[in-house]
Amino acid sequence: MAVHNYIRQRFFPHLWCPGCGHGTILNNMLRAVDELGISKNDLVMVSGIGCSSRISGYVDFHSLHTIHGRALAYATGVKMSQPRLNVLIPMGDGDALAIGGNHFIHACRRNMDLTAIIMNNRIYGMTGGQFSPLSGEGILCTTAPQLTIDRSFDTVELALASGASFVARTTSFHVREITKLIARAIQHKGFSVVEILSQCPTHFGRKNKLGDASNMLEFFKKNTTPFGSKAKQDNPELIERGIFRELDIPDYCADYERTIQKAQKGKSS
Amino acid sequence: MKKQKKLKEYRINREWCKGCGICVHFCPKDVLELDQDGKSSVIRPDDCIVCGFCERLCPDLAITIIPEEQEAA
Repeated sequence: MAVHNYIRQRFFPHLWCPGCGHGTILNNMLRAVDELGISKNDLVMVSGIGCSSRISGYVDFHSLHTIHGRALAYATGVKMSQPRLNVLIPMGDGDALAIGGNHFIHACRRNMDLTAIIMNNRIYGMTGGQFSPLSGEGILCTTAPQLTIDRSFDTVELALASGASFVARTTSFHVREITKLIARAIQHKGFSVVEILSQCPTHFGRKNKLGDASNMLEFFKKNTTPFGSKAKQDNPELIERGIFRELDIPDYCADYERTIQKAQKGKSS
Repeated sequence: MKKQKKLKEYRINREWCKGCGICVHFCPKDVLELDQDGKSSVIRPDDCIVCGFCERLCPDLAITIIPEEQEAA
């Protein structure tokens, strides 16, 4: 299979739990890379810390496994020094929006030409199931034995408000959509955010009695709808999937290049 | 008329399969079952319609479907 050409097979089977949605995201993300025909040498994957961030170890691209929440800061550095490279930043919900929340909003604001993939399973799985800013209210987890009282971020709303020029969402059930949206996000010139709802059967599912991985995927199937659909008007509880914004505006590196040209005007370098 | 794709070979990497059962649950034709080792295995290969859903859903990248060569149109 084509996807096997893009992984470091010596590290398989991977360490994710049985039924973890992150493996499915890896599977379909690689198909996007394959469809676009991007050379491994032109791809950089930068990740932080968490279950999701282990993904950078499995792909046969240039890869950086950095510090918690700071993947976007490292990715910004890579992009500024080598603007021709495609930079993918897979992050977990905690890594992206708790520890790395500040980096996230500023990367959106600057419109850095990066592709952020937020693998949102609503829990810190690696450390034993603590709640994250995306868990939402009424969730049972190790740090909320009486259920969570925190409201959650809406990743899409946050990215839109912060100025990201490409914002999309899908789930680990909608596998073809993962490939399609990631391919679009990579091609987009500017900051792209793709939130992918993922399942953590080990911590989130088991504690909240959501059944096994298949049951959690059934939930994504039944409780999501394409953006702008009539079903959403009839049932506002549904989670929307699809592309929420796709704006053609100058990215940070293009503006920076223009600044350099301006500063060097009239000087021989 | 478009010819229905046929299965040539169905490969399951048993070293990688963790037996989560997602492929078994979502196969539209009930081609798969978990065997006594808890690993996915092909029980009814003739029913496979090569939709590729199991291959894409598999979190362990353990499934490879090889369709029969398509006749040139």
